[in-house]
Amino acid sequence: MKVSLFITCVVDSVFPNVGVSLTRILQECGCDVSFPPQQTCCGQPAFNSGYTDEARDVGMTLLRAFRDSDVVVSPSGSCVGMIHHYYPQLFANDPQLHQAAVDLANKTYEFSQFMVKQLQITDLGARFPHRVTYHPSCHGSRLLGVKDEPMQLLQGVHDIEIVELPYATDCCGFGGTFAVKMGEISGAMVDEKAENVARTDAEVLVGTDMGCLMNIGGRLRRTNRAVRVMHLAELLMEGMQLGKAVNA
Amino acid sequence: MSTPHSSSNVHDRAQQALADDFLRKAVHFTTDRLRNKKQAVTGEFGNWEAWRERGQQIRQHTIAHLDYYLDQFARHLEAHGAHVHFAATGEEASYIVREIAAAKSAKRAVKSKSMVTEEIHLNHHLEEMGVQVVETDLGEYIIQLAGETPSHIIIPAIHKNREQIRDLFEAESGEQLTTETRDLAAFARRRLRQEYLTADIGITGCNFGIAETGSIALFTNEGNADLVMNMPKTHIVLMGMERVLPTMSDLEVFAHLLPKSATGQNVITYMSIVTGPRRDNEADGAEEMHVIILDNGRSRQLGDPDFQAILHCIRCGACLNVCPVYRQIGGHAYGSVYPGPIGAVLSPLLNDGETYQDLPYASSLCGACYEACPVKIPLHDMLVRERQRLVATGHVKPAEKAAFRAFRQVFGNAGRYQTTIRIARRLQFPLAHDGYIRAKIGPVAGWTTSRDFPALPKRTFRELWPELVRKGNGRG
Ligand code: SF4
Repeated sequence: MKVSLFITCVVDSVFPNVGVSLTRILQECGCDVSFPPQQTCCGQPAFNSGYTDEARDVGMTLLRAFRDSDVVVSPSGSCVGMIHHYYPQLFANDPQLHQAAVDLANKTYEFSQFMVKQLQITDLGARFPHRVTYHPSCHGSRLLGVKDEPMQLLQGVHDIEIVELPYATDCCGFGGTFAVKMGEISGAMVDEKAENVARTDAEVLVGTDMGCLMNIGGRLRRTNRAVRVMHLAELLMEGMQLGKAVNA
Repeated sequence: MSTPHSSSNVHDRAQQALADDFLRKAVHFTTDRLRNKKQAVTGEFGNWEAWRERGQQIRQHTIAHLDYYLDQFARHLEAHGAHVHFAATGEEASYIVREIAAAKSAKRAVKSKSMVTEEIHLNHHLEEMGVQVVETDLGEYIIQLAGETPSHIIIPAIHKNREQIRDLFEAESGEQLTTETRDLAAFARRRLRQEYLTADIGITGCNFGIAETGSIALFTNEGNADLVMNMPKTHIVLMGMERVLPTMSDLEVFAHLLPKSATGQNVITYMSIVTGPRRDNEADGAEEMHVIILDNGRSRQLGDPDFQAILHCIRCGACLNVCPVYRQIGGHAYGSVYPGPIGAVLSPLLNDGETYQDLPYASSLCGACYEACPVKIPLHDMLVRERQRLVATGHVKPAEKAAFRAFRQVFGNAGRYQTTIRIARRLQFPLAHDGYIRAKIGPVAGWTTSRDFPALPKRTFRELWPELVRKGNGRG
């Protein structure tokens, strides 16, 4: 299957290893992976702040980049949610762009969603002998509706110990520009989230959105808590390597 | 709809709330309890999503035909002998109440269940003309004694703990009380009983007005609304113009949706339905009944595809109970009569966008409110639309505008984006330590005050890509 990556600006610039892991996993699963270089960002920071024109101009980079793609896969439920829910209305004024937006929405998947629903793979032969807790990001789970898929993939990992995160579905306080604009409220929210992560005694916090993980990870680090923060793709990739080494 | 807090901004008020451990503990405790109960009750009840759909449909239909149903409602009320008043503004509604009070030479009024009276600051206006108003809902009574305003739309005293409540009651009564619920409630009951007997006017809100019958339906847990509307000679109902339902069978749907969403109760303790003043063959009821139907910015939302759905709201408070922002700062920090997600959307709309402009930003857009809402109002989308409006009407800071202009410049083109990342990588050098940035400077201080920010790594994903594709594709 031909798959184009929508890597997102945060992963591209700050967490490239998430992209590397995502690429390797898809390649292992037999996908022919491409990276259209015209892409930048889904435009969500501008859109959520009310700057529609700015969001549209930035979103155009995705319409152009993925015009000829069959399937688009992304490591962020939030950015995919942006495309699914808001692109059609964002580009409503121009019939051609609107069609392109609808097409893009129809062929774009969040990583775990693509693995479970499209490839129908939940067991990658990964081995990860650690205590892990999972934070379901709001946009991916609530707005995009990807609720079970990440957990299904985690349950397919061998030797993993999954501990439930208290108040898991509560927002971590990221919210894009909210974290800066309403820094004090956002800070209180992430403090509670980090506190709950620490209470699980997990070695690893895993999630599917680097915005949220950057936020929670930043707070964990500030409060000197030695919890490793990983994207689901990173955890699976590391687990697959270990799985192979053990089986070899 | 100004409030004592509206001079400061949401930041200052939030800071104040965040520093108040009592408040935060009390809010955490109660919202936890409410949302857990709600989850249990709706899970047991089953098909909750289908019930929400039904609720949404009924509200959509009603608001789309609001003029028709209001007219029907008013005609039926009048046929039962009630007086119906339409008030365009809060001042007008308050004037009508004062006129009635003056005509009755009223000295005392008892009140129950009305956020609308808070919205129009009725107590204040009545007290100015010498009418003493006593709140009879336990929560409202507590905050009245404390001289405060509600901080939740159905649990007005949510920010108070037992000890604080006992202290207030002791100060009022001169008695010694314990912090036991039974003791506290018993005191309030003793105390309030006298008030019903001596009040000239009973003022209530209205959960739902039923158009086909001209009835007022009130949901309470303490039974006090029954006394408020039946004991005094005059009963005044204050209701927002959106609070109608077409039929009694629609009410049945909301008899499920409202208590389950609000407090996680399967059924409400008292659902009181009153249809007109006392008739000749009836034993009790008010001799005179006035129903004041308030607009106060509501009708402006009719026909606006972006915001009409806000009129579907049944004021259940479920969105507050799940809101992670409300959880941290409580209700007063919003500075508006209506706090939480519903308040953040509604307050600027009722005030034509000229006040409460910072409220649409007091949300991380996590969507928990939408998920909780029994009539599926997309509050998170509405908050974004309000922000769009503020941008379109120039109500934003020049620095913010410039930042998003730069964002468009940089992220609107992959080449410029790459160049910018390269420059930023070099510029961050003096700030980054161990791969992280802590410096509290410029616009990022909001972030770095409470958390570290990862520094940009040596290479972006797109710079790593050529290697990845060489090694990887064609495998598997
Ligand atoms: S917006 Fe929805 S959840 Fe919030 S108070 Fe209104 S009906 Fe309840």
